[in-house]
Amino acid sequence: MLAKRIIPCLDIDRGRVVKGVKFENVQDAGDPVEVARRYDAQGADELVFLDITASSDDRPTLFQTVEAVAREIYIPLTVGGGVRSCADVKCLLAAGADKVSINTAAVHNPDFVTEAGDRYGVQCIVVAIDAKRVSKKNEPLRWEVFTHGGRKATGLNAVEWAANMVRRGAGELLVTSMDRDGTKEGYDVELLAAINREVNVPVIASGGVGTLEHLYQGLATGHADAALAASIFHKGTHTVGEAKQYLQSRGIRVRT
Amino acid sequence: MKKVGVIDYGMGNLHSLAKALERVAPDQRVIVSYDAEELLDCDRLVLPGVGGVRECMKELQRLELSQLVLEASRKVPMLGICLGMQVMLEFSEENGGVPALGLFPGEVVRFPDPAPDAAERLKVPHMGWNRVKQEKSHPVWAGVPDESWFYFVHSYFARPRDPTHVLGSSEYTQLFASAVARDNLVAFQFHPEKSQALGLTLLANFVNWNP
Repeated sequence: MLAKRIIPCLDIDRGRVVKGVKFENVQDAGDPVEVARRYDAQGADELVFLDITASSDDRPTLFQTVEAVAREIYIPLTVGGGVRSCADVKCLLAAGADKVSINTAAVHNPDFVTEAGDRYGVQCIVVAIDAKRVSKKNEPLRWEVFTHGGRKATGLNAVEWAANMVRRGAGELLVTSMDRDGTKEGYDVELLAAINREVNVPVIASGGVGTLEHLYQGLATGHADAALAASIFHKGTHTVGEAKQYLQSRGIRVRT
Repeated sequence: MKKVGVIDYGMGNLHSLAKALERVAPDQRVIVSYDAEELLDCDRLVLPGVGGVRECMKELQRLELSQLVLEASRKVPMLGICLGMQVMLEFSEENGGVPALGLFPGEVVRFPDPAPDAAERLKVPHMGWNRVKQEKSHPVWAGVPDESWFYFVHSYFARPRDPTHVLGSSEYTQLFASAVARDNLVAFQFHPEKSQALGLTLLANFVNWNP
C-alpha cells in the first residue's frame, strides 16, 4: 500500500542552501547537492527546493542548482519560488525538476495553473497555499490565503481556494500555515483536515514542525498525504530515518 | 558502441530518464530522439511517457513512431515506463476511450474515486511510494528484493488479459499490475528513474538484458 511521504524542504538563495527564521537572519547551510545527497541517503521520499533569491537576475543560478541536484539524486524533486509563467515551468522541468510549485502567480492568474497543467501534465503542478486563520473565537474556523510570505492578504477563503485550484488543474497541494511557520508549535491540523475533506489530490502538510509528534499529527489527524519539514532536519535534531522509525512505531505506513 | 534509444514524442520530461540511463550504461550511447530511422538503429528502446493517452497516441502516430514501436517490439529489448506501459496495451478508457498499440492483450482503466466517508481516502492520482510484489522471476529483478518500494504517479492502471504477462503487482484500492513482461518486452507503471538506487538497478538490468 501507498506510503505517507516525508519531504525535507530546502531554501535556496543564489545557489546555496540557507536557513533563517521567516527569511530573516539567513545563514549559509551548505551546497545543495551535498545537502540533497544527505537527505537522499537518510531515506527522504522527495525533496522540495524553494528559491528565495530576491532578484530574478539570479534565475540561471537556480537552474544550474536544479540541474546539479537532478544529476545526482534519483527521487522526485519539486522546485518553487517565483514560478510565474509556462516558460518558467518549462525551464525548471528541463533543468530536471519533476514538479513545480506555483504560489503567488496562481492567485494573480488562476488560468496559469490550468494552462501549465494542460501543457505539462497535472502531475507536475503543485499549488502552494499560504493560509492564516482569520476566524475569531467562537466563530466557525476560517482561513485566508496570503501571498508574499504571509504579508499580503488576498481575501480568498483558503479551503474554497484549494478546491478551486484542484478544479483548475493542480495535481497536488502544498498547504502552509503562516500562523505556525517557524514557530515549532506543530502543523495547523484543522486547516489540513478542512482542505483534505474538499479535495481528491494529495495534500502536503507544511509549517510549524518542531517535533516528530508534529509529523504524526499532520499525517494522522490532518490526514495529509505527505509531511514537509525544514528546521528539524537541517539542524540535525532528527534524521529523516528517525522520523520514519517514529512514525512507523505510531502505526503510520512509511517507506523504509 | 551499443545504443539505447529513448523515444521522444514530446510528452514530458525525459531529462531524468536520460541521465539515469547514462549513469547505468556508461559503456553505451543514450540517444533521445523522435527520428524513427535513428531509433530503429538502436540496440534497445525505452518508451517513456507522462500526460494523457489521446495526446500520446496522436503524437506517436503523427511522428510515425507507433509503426516503429510495433516493428522494434519484434526485434529489440523494449522498456515501457508509466504511460509508455499503458499504451502497450490494446485500449485505454482515458480521454473517452483510445485504442493503443496492443503489444499486450488487455486494457487500461481508472482507479475508482474515493468514497467521501471512507476511513482512509485513497486519492487519485496514486502518487508516491508503493511496494511491488514480484509475480514471476525475470532478469530485470536481479538484485531487487521482493516487495521493494518504487515511485508511482498515475490515475489509470493496466489490466492485462493474460495473467502470465503480469511481472509485478501493487496494491491501491485493489491489486493491480504494476509491471508486465513477455518475450523481449518489459514495462513498469512506476518510475525507475525516480526510485532511488533500486530504480537504477532495474534500469541497469534492462540495459544489460539480452532476451
